[in-house]
Amino acid sequence: MLTKRIIACLDMDGGRVVKGVRFKNLRDAGDPAACATAHAAQGADEIVLLDITATSGNRRTLLDAVRRTARSLFVPFTVGGGIRSLEDAASVFDAGADKIAVNSAAVSDPALIGRIAGRFGSQAVVVAIDAKRIDETFEVFVAGGRVSTGHNAIQWAREAAAWGAGEILLTSMDRDGTQSGFDCELVSAVAQAVSIPVIASGGAGSARDFIEVFHRGHADAALAASIFHFGIENIAQLKGELHHARVPVRWPC
Amino acid sequence: MIAIVDYGAGNLNSVKKAFDHLGAQVVVTDQPELVAAADKVVLPGVGHFSSLGALYRTGLHEVLLNGVSAKRPFLGICLGMQWCFEGSEECSEIPGAGIFPGKCRQFPSSVKSPHVGWNSLMVQHGSRLLRGIAQDSFVYYTHSFHAPQVTATTGASEHGLWFAGAVERDNVFGVQFHPEKSGEVGLSILKNFCEV
Repeated sequence: MLTKRIIACLDMDGGRVVKGVRFKNLRDAGDPAACATAHAAQGADEIVLLDITATSGNRRTLLDAVRRTARSLFVPFTVGGGIRSLEDAASVFDAGADKIAVNSAAVSDPALIGRIAGRFGSQAVVVAIDAKRIDETFEVFVAGGRVSTGHNAIQWAREAAAWGAGEILLTSMDRDGTQSGFDCELVSAVAQAVSIPVIASGGAGSARDFIEVFHRGHADAALAASIFHFGIENIAQLKGELHHARVPVRWPC
Repeated sequence: MIAIVDYGAGNLNSVKKAFDHLGAQVVVTDQPELVAAADKVVLPGVGHFSSLGALYRTGLHEVLLNGVSAKRPFLGICLGMQWCFEGSEECSEIPGAGIFPGKCRQFPSSVKSPHVGWNSLMVQHGSRLLRGIAQDSFVYYTHSFHAPQVTATTGASEHGLWFAGAVERDNVFGVQFHPEKSGEVGLSILKNFCEV
């Protein structure tokens, strides 16, 4: 049976893993390669490395971190942050990523999804969507959550899938870093709108939150960063609890 | 020496890295002569079935088939395994090698596609490639088309239906999942291939 994935996310700034609350107040959480290996050993099903302050200046830092992290990692590895072209994507794949995540660049140029998928396959393209509740709808934000686009998140997820995205990484900006639970309503709406897997992100704080997002949110995978780095919840323990709650997980792993 | 065939489909580095980790001698190459001279051959690949067309344009397919006839150990991963069948609905113009019968088909519409993630593998007793792999071990898949269950199936997984996760006959081995991304279980499978 296909299991629900638990994905550890490493937000990287200047070559170091950091974590903030609602995209702000960054705290240092270690070296990316060491964090990735530790999470994989604990049972993370996948590792995502996001360069949250990606600029052309620190592209070399990112590629170096990707190379070092990929070297001893034998679970799927996704890299995102500042990927704006097919060439950017190619250099990240070349450094050892299995999948790339595109966000802002895909919103301004959706055909980029198709170009990367055409060369590397849809399975290698994750479209990351940062969504925020505005009145009764979910709106897409870009540039690290700083810029509103006016697009509806559910509609954009459908379009991204049609362009050739292999997965949607859906972050609730309202919940990010708050540890107050995933936005199950948002996740469920997107999961039912597309046939590709949806990774829920933003708000993980306890095992109960994961159980909820799988049962009620219909997520295929759930991603968390802050709770894993500071030892609040370890992945092995989390998976044990999910297993007891009858959520199919890779356990023992 | 193990040759990893480079025909422009997907990330070969991760496959090489896994063999490097196991201490195996590997070379990534698109040269038919180098592939012909290797002791073992790995045909990886992710993405669209049409990318296998490159094997026919370069003459690599003949080298691969000659190796199979000569009982040289061969491991097809993902698209590489699908190539061992007669073809795929994904691209009817490109034939498969026909080592195993049947065509690769899409998953039923009742389940999510692509099939992405860790799924349990029902292991057939007696497989050389899956030697020592526990029943219902988890392996990582990412694909939209699946190979049919055949008599050579040694490992099966379920996603809307049961499909071949691993096949083997003589020295031809195929896995639909990605052993290079399946943690310790995957590394053990690659180690078994090194020791065939």
